[in-house]
Amino acid sequence: MVARSRLSLLTPLLAAVALVGCAGDGGGIQSQKMAAIKARDKLICGVEGKLPGFSFVNPDGSYTGLDVDVCKAVAAAVLGDPTKVEYRDLNSSERFAALASGEVDLLSRNTTKTLSRDAPGGNGLSFAPPVFYDGQGVMAPTTSGIRSLADLAGKPICVETGTTTELNLADRMREIKAPYTPLKFQTSDQTYAAYLQGRCAAVTSDRSQLAAKRTSFPDPTAHALLPDVLSKEPLAPATTNADPAWADAVRWIVFALKQAEESGITQATVDAKVAQAKADTNQADLRRFLGVEGDFGKHLGLPADFAVRAVKAVGNYGEIFERNVGAGSQLKLERGLNRQWKDGGLIYSPPFR
Amino acid sequence: MAVVVTPWWRNRRLIPWLVQGSVGLALLVLIAFLLGNLVRNLTAAGLLLSWGWLDNPAGFDISETLLPFDAGLPYWRALLAGLVNTLRVVLAGLVGATVLGTLVGVASFSGNGLLRRLARVYVELIRNIPLLLQLLFWYFVVFLALPGGAEAIQLPGVVLAKSGLYLGNPELVNGVWQAPLRLTVEFSALLTGLVVYTAAFIAEVVRGGVASVPGGQWEAARSLGFTPAMTLRRIVLPQALRVIVPALNSQYISLAKNSSLAVACGFTDLYSVAETTLNQTGRAVEVILILLGSYLLLDLLISALMNGLNGLVQLKER
Repeated sequence: MVARSRLSLLTPLLAAVALVGCAGDGGGIQSQKMAAIKARDKLICGVEGKLPGFSFVNPDGSYTGLDVDVCKAVAAAVLGDPTKVEYRDLNSSERFAALASGEVDLLSRNTTKTLSRDAPGGNGLSFAPPVFYDGQGVMAPTTSGIRSLADLAGKPICVETGTTTELNLADRMREIKAPYTPLKFQTSDQTYAAYLQGRCAAVTSDRSQLAAKRTSFPDPTAHALLPDVLSKEPLAPATTNADPAWADAVRWIVFALKQAEESGITQATVDAKVAQAKADTNQADLRRFLGVEGDFGKHLGLPADFAVRAVKAVGNYGEIFERNVGAGSQLKLERGLNRQWKDGGLIYSPPFR
Repeated sequence: MAVVVTPWWRNRRLIPWLVQGSVGLALLVLIAFLLGNLVRNLTAAGLLLSWGWLDNPAGFDISETLLPFDAGLPYWRALLAGLVNTLRVVLAGLVGATVLGTLVGVASFSGNGLLRRLARVYVELIRNIPLLLQLLFWYFVVFLALPGGAEAIQLPGVVLAKSGLYLGNPELVNGVWQAPLRLTVEFSALLTGLVVYTAAFIAEVVRGGVASVPGGQWEAARSLGFTPAMTLRRIVLPQALRVIVPALNSQYISLAKNSSLAVACGFTDLYSVAETTLNQTGRAVEVILILLGSYLLLDLLISALMNGLNGLVQLKER
């Protein structure tokens, strides 16, 4: 009965946080969340905000990035307009509370899908399919002579607090029995500032994030990623378990972006494809996907042409990738695991049927 | 003689009781409503309070601890290690801020005009800049800008390097400083920030206390042949303490609460550990309750000690 006695001790304090628990309990076939978004005529999307390639604020105040494009695709599919998004910058410790309290409708913030975050007994999130398959890496100055994880024994390593990164680092260093000093910071700005000031021998994060941050360093060539990959990091947009209908809608909007690439539908050709599908009744797959026939949109509480709207707003998955983090960007990341399944990657949409 | 019966609504004993009682009742109803709301909503979200997770292994490391800690130990050990770190910085901060604050406060009565003005400039500059900015300044601009290795700043018995502050005859062994006592730059930056900030407020408290002692006391002491230093120590400060101690209490409490800004300069205090714990476990309400309870207890403890001290310095009426 230890739990009971602790509880009774703290009972007076409960009142102070009573309002925390006032989350809506949605659910059912009708999505309360979607109704709220439509009534507001704006999608509130939680992003990182300071990560080039994923979500970054431009000098004119607009947002760009892969995570941002997911927000835009969802806004386009639900509200018909990719600009009807309000972005909230969240740090890694705030993000789940912001989502759980309903402050944001959708979390599109390079968040790793894990069991404890997904499970109802953990954070109780509902993940959409990963939009970026990443792995945790370590970056160190090229002049430091650090070439592998083992070289970091006894040295300080900068890490952002409240991330899976923090745990993976602890696990890997325990495995190789290397003592180390984790220096934890609340924001990525502070983490990289401390690293650049030379407080840490290395900084660890997702490899894509390290590559992205490096582009904003004074001298990007002075820093190199170690070959070690510490973990699997499937980065996925997330909603909560409280509203399964909304989670399904987001899930299938993301699948639509992936399916569009597989079907060869691009931002430029989507209108022509719709015209072609309307003209040719034999192309059943295409007609269903584009909402020319069937009622998939209705099943999800979305317009029939939700896939068309999403692709018209931001392009298909391949276009989003190349524009933000791939060849068309400063990051120049390889597609790697993020290729379509037909090309040996992990991007795979279940059938639209 | 007619007995005058006071109607109940004009009863001077009853009415205050009724008012107090109804306010108390309203408060209880409000608390019960909020509690009920909390439990209802947490149940609906499947998050009813539970504490079993405290025994699960934490899985993360803490950079500096007094209690031995590694990632395999349970969450409650991590939180305890964080609490000990908080206590460490608060205790050191209380001592440092009191010494510096008293010196600056007394300096504002100095006969030396330069010293007097410096004390004023210090107080006005420091207490008008947000503490968070000052912590970021101390950490990123001052301490992280220290040179490392052989170029470190060497003072008698102390070495200031990027990797930390080394006290007690440090020696350079293979490019790494070794010393009996090492303070990390994170701890040093937080401690410096808290001490410098709180001292500015304590200086004002001390100044007010000293100013409250009538000028005649100074003059009487001088006529008895006391030196200025003796006057301050034997005559003025004992009287000023009666004014200073109660006001000092709230400055001490502020310092303890402000220590939760540690995460700004990478120091792993209770708040920092709690934040990681909250993220890993998703137990937001429980972790926040632990935080609330810990800081409340810490501040009540400081208050109790200061009230005890206050009792000692007050005038004993006979």
